[in-house]
Amino acid sequence: MVLEELTQHIGKVDPPHVREVEKGSIRRYADAVGNDNPLYYDEEYASKSRYGGIIAPPGFFGWSAKTIASSEAIIGLMGVLINAGYAGILDGGISYEFYLPVHADDTLVASPKVKDVTAKEGKSGTMIICQFETSYLNQNGDLVAKATQHLIGRQL
Amino acid sequence: MAKEQICWEDVEVGTELPPLPKIADSLMLVKWAGGSGDFNPHHYEDAFGKSQGTGGTIVHGLLKHAWLIQLVTNWMGDEGFMKKFSCQYRGIDHPRLMKTMNEPQDGETWLCKGKVTNKYVDGDEHCLDLEIGVENGEGGITTPGTATVVLPSRAK
Repeated sequence: MVLEELTQHIGKVDPPHVREVEKGSIRRYADAVGNDNPLYYDEEYASKSRYGGIIAPPGFFGWSAKTIASSEAIIGLMGVLINAGYAGILDGGISYEFYLPVHADDTLVASPKVKDVTAKEGKSGTMIICQFETSYLNQNGDLVAKATQHLIGRQL
Repeated sequence: MAKEQICWEDVEVGTELPPLPKIADSLMLVKWAGGSGDFNPHHYEDAFGKSQGTGGTIVHGLLKHAWLIQLVTNWMGDEGFMKKFSCQYRGIDHPRLMKTMNEPQDGETWLCKGKVTNKYVDGDEHCLDLEIGVENGEGGITTPGTATVVLPSRAK
């Protein structure tokens, strides 16, 4: 059973990767969303705010080519899913706990791991739900946020 | 922008957030791919989307998550802090195609909505729980979620 093979991946971690939170990347992210809050691009406005400078919108941790889909732990897991016929893979959702704001010019370290794998019977057959947890630490070693994402594998 | 800051005392259970309208078009999806680093072809190749059983290109779940975060952060103001956020991508949304270089064709408009479901003090934090969601053009919630925010209090 594919679930047995997948559960062996629980606890697998990726090597931590560094994410530099550049001002330009914050601006492009906010612009893509259509979010015109000046905290994300207006230095003068942001410097007078409680943050003392530009911050990133919650959920943005610096641009990186390393997304959930290119995580080593996840690629391994997706390989098992696809081989077992669960080739329809969708993003199922995300949850966060936020502890500190992310400031422009922060350097974050992201550590993703496979948290859980479960099966669920849905309308269109069995769905495999894979949970990934990523912790983000800033340059001071403080935990700024924890994100949990769900990938769903479906048989096509 | 610097609008008037909302305080915890201004809000009651049942208070609704001002709805935030959004139009997902091809242009926004391309900008989001670049801004977020998510280059999954499911979001720009119609044939690939069809092969994945979703009927064509679909709006990124994480783009809808960013809309919902904008809904909440706009409302809570610069002095508010988002402690928790979660959303689930339950329904598929398809983007509008372009009519001109900048303008989408006629079609669906999405509404990000939210309301306060709980109001409480936790330690020295004045908290609110919110129920949020992205509503599609037919009135269905494709992306339900929740958030917890801390607002400033006049008592302090």
